[in-house]
Amino acid sequence: MADAAVKQEEALVVEGLTRRFGALVAVDGVSLRVAPGERRAVLGANGAGKTTLFNMIAGDLPPSEGHISLFGRDITRLSPQKRVLEGVRRTYQKSLVFGGLSVRDNLYVAIRGATGPRLAIWRRVETQPDRDGTGPLAERVGLADRLDAPASELSHGEQRQLELGMALAHTPRLLLLDEPAAGLSTRERESLMAMLADLPRDLTLILIEHDLDIALKAVDFVTVMHNGRLLAEGTPDEIAANQDIQDIYMGKHGQ
Amino acid sequence: MTLRRLLTVVVALVLLVYPFVVNSFWLVQIGGRTLGFGTIVLSLVFLTAYTGMLSLAQMTVAGVAGYATAYFTAPTGGVGLELAWPVALILALGLATLAGLLIGLVAVRTRGIYTLMITLAVAMAFYYLTLQNYAVFNGFTGFNNVEPPVIAGLDLGAPLPFYYLSAVLAVLCYAGVRHVVRTPFGLALQGLRDEPQRLQALGYNVPLLRVLAFGLAGFVAGIGGILNLWLNASISPGSVALNPVIDVLMAGVLGGIGHPAGAYVGAFVFTIVDNFAIDFIARERFNTLIGLVFLAIVLFSPDGLTGLVRRAWARWAGTGRRRDDAPDDSTNIGK
Ligand SMILES: Nc1ncnc2c1ncn2[C@@H]1O[C@H](COP(=O)(O)OP(=O)(O)OP(=O)(O)O)[C@@H](O)[C@H]1O
Ligand SMILES: [Mg+2]
Repeated sequence: MADAAVKQEEALVVEGLTRRFGALVAVDGVSLRVAPGERRAVLGANGAGKTTLFNMIAGDLPPSEGHISLFGRDITRLSPQKRVLEGVRRTYQKSLVFGGLSVRDNLYVAIRGATGPRLAIWRRVETQPDRDGTGPLAERVGLADRLDAPASELSHGEQRQLELGMALAHTPRLLLLDEPAAGLSTRERESLMAMLADLPRDLTLILIEHDLDIALKAVDFVTVMHNGRLLAEGTPDEIAANQDIQDIYMGKHGQ
Repeated sequence: MTLRRLLTVVVALVLLVYPFVVNSFWLVQIGGRTLGFGTIVLSLVFLTAYTGMLSLAQMTVAGVAGYATAYFTAPTGGVGLELAWPVALILALGLATLAGLLIGLVAVRTRGIYTLMITLAVAMAFYYLTLQNYAVFNGFTGFNNVEPPVIAGLDLGAPLPFYYLSAVLAVLCYAGVRHVVRTPFGLALQGLRDEPQRLQALGYNVPLLRVLAFGLAGFVAGIGGILNLWLNASISPGSVALNPVIDVLMAGVLGGIGHPAGAYVGAFVFTIVDNFAIDFIARERFNTLIGLVFLAIVLFSPDGLTGLVRRAWARWAGTGRRRDDAPDDSTNIGK
């Protein structure tokens, strides 16, 4: 798909993005370019500023400085809910699902959020024409047999899947996944990686991941952050060969 | 499902037959009051159960509708402007909805105990306004001799028609709430109750939803407020003072703020205690009694009497039954 595009426009351009919390500079002048359909990993130790970067791209936090543009449109000042209409979707490091609603209702809220009308009050959800969209969506994230379960009763892994399902509602263009594999068993990780591999190729994906192995397997390109700054960028092979970066991940990859 | 249908039939039968088994005191002072007051409590339970927001201003919003109805149907001493009753009622409900929206705007950035405090402040401001303003609220006296309309020869102020009017409106409000929470708007409200940040990241305008929820609650409270006005045939600052304002929360907690049925259960118990406590306890002790009941409920059954019944039912029905009360879980309140 990407090669068919005549005019190659960046999916996401981040320029000089900075976020301060008092004296702390959580993200410090970060610039990124992500091509359409690219799979990008953002790596970095705890407190490197990865989640804060996501928060600014998704609009949950206003940046102190810098600009963000999506497919050529400046979205720096756009509210988070307007960015959803532009195709930005995200998941959270700690699963945020609607515990009091069923899996189906969770997914339906996501579908309605992306398409509207969101304030419809005359017809029950059961008779809404777009209600059928919840089935295939649940299927994509392996929750087809859990549609009627309250989200609060899902296992941790299933909540992760539900989060992903909500983020996939109605053709996102830029998907931000904040440590989707955190806390998953080895088997759950594998099925998550398979789900990610199955995503449409024209979907641009940015992934925060602590597990270097997973991250390097799943993506085309890697950005490494350290203390709020960009430390390195490169292909997974280049990053795997970079001794400085291996040192940051000493716990897992130190010699 | 069948249990729910059975329960619906039983409640409908009780509501229908009730007038034929009780005297007129029980018909109006207990039955009518439970239904009117319960509808005001319902507006609070709607907010707590489905949006996770608390409010102490629901009696105030009901008072706005009550005052408006009195002002437009029963002018006294040069205060008021007589209008045809349908116009008066539409205006009254419109003003109650508007009041709800405005309170929502004031409360929208607050959570939990802070929402309670700010809505209490609004309620007390309105109380002093009614007390000191003569041009619109007729000050300390308020409005007296406010009668419901007579429609095609049917006097809605007579005990039996008034009871049925209250029952029909209460059932409509209850069914309306149950309907709304199953619409896309209602699911979004429950989403903001559970995880507002998540809801925003799905494309919803969270503050707008909060304000609209308060507006809808205002509309429901307005209906209860009009019934309350007609029941008392009068409205004065005492109707929107601290005590009645707190009573709504008391009745809500008593019945259970996790489920709309709790509103009417709470209103019923509250009305009974309110009417009969004086028979065996001094008037000044009444607040102590209610306070103790309140405390017992909060300590032993945080989801109120309905929660107690539901849990007893779940135990009785055995362990095979899955816990299906999750959507009404009251543990999210005030988050
Ligand atoms: N809302 C906030 N207020 C104050 N400080 C914050 C806030 N959010 C993040 N920080 C700080 O900013 C820094 C970067 O945090 P961030 O969550 O972006 O790191 P991260 O790379 O996602 O780390 P982790 O791998 O632990 O998730 C940390 O020092 C954190 O304490
Ligand atoms: Mg993080």
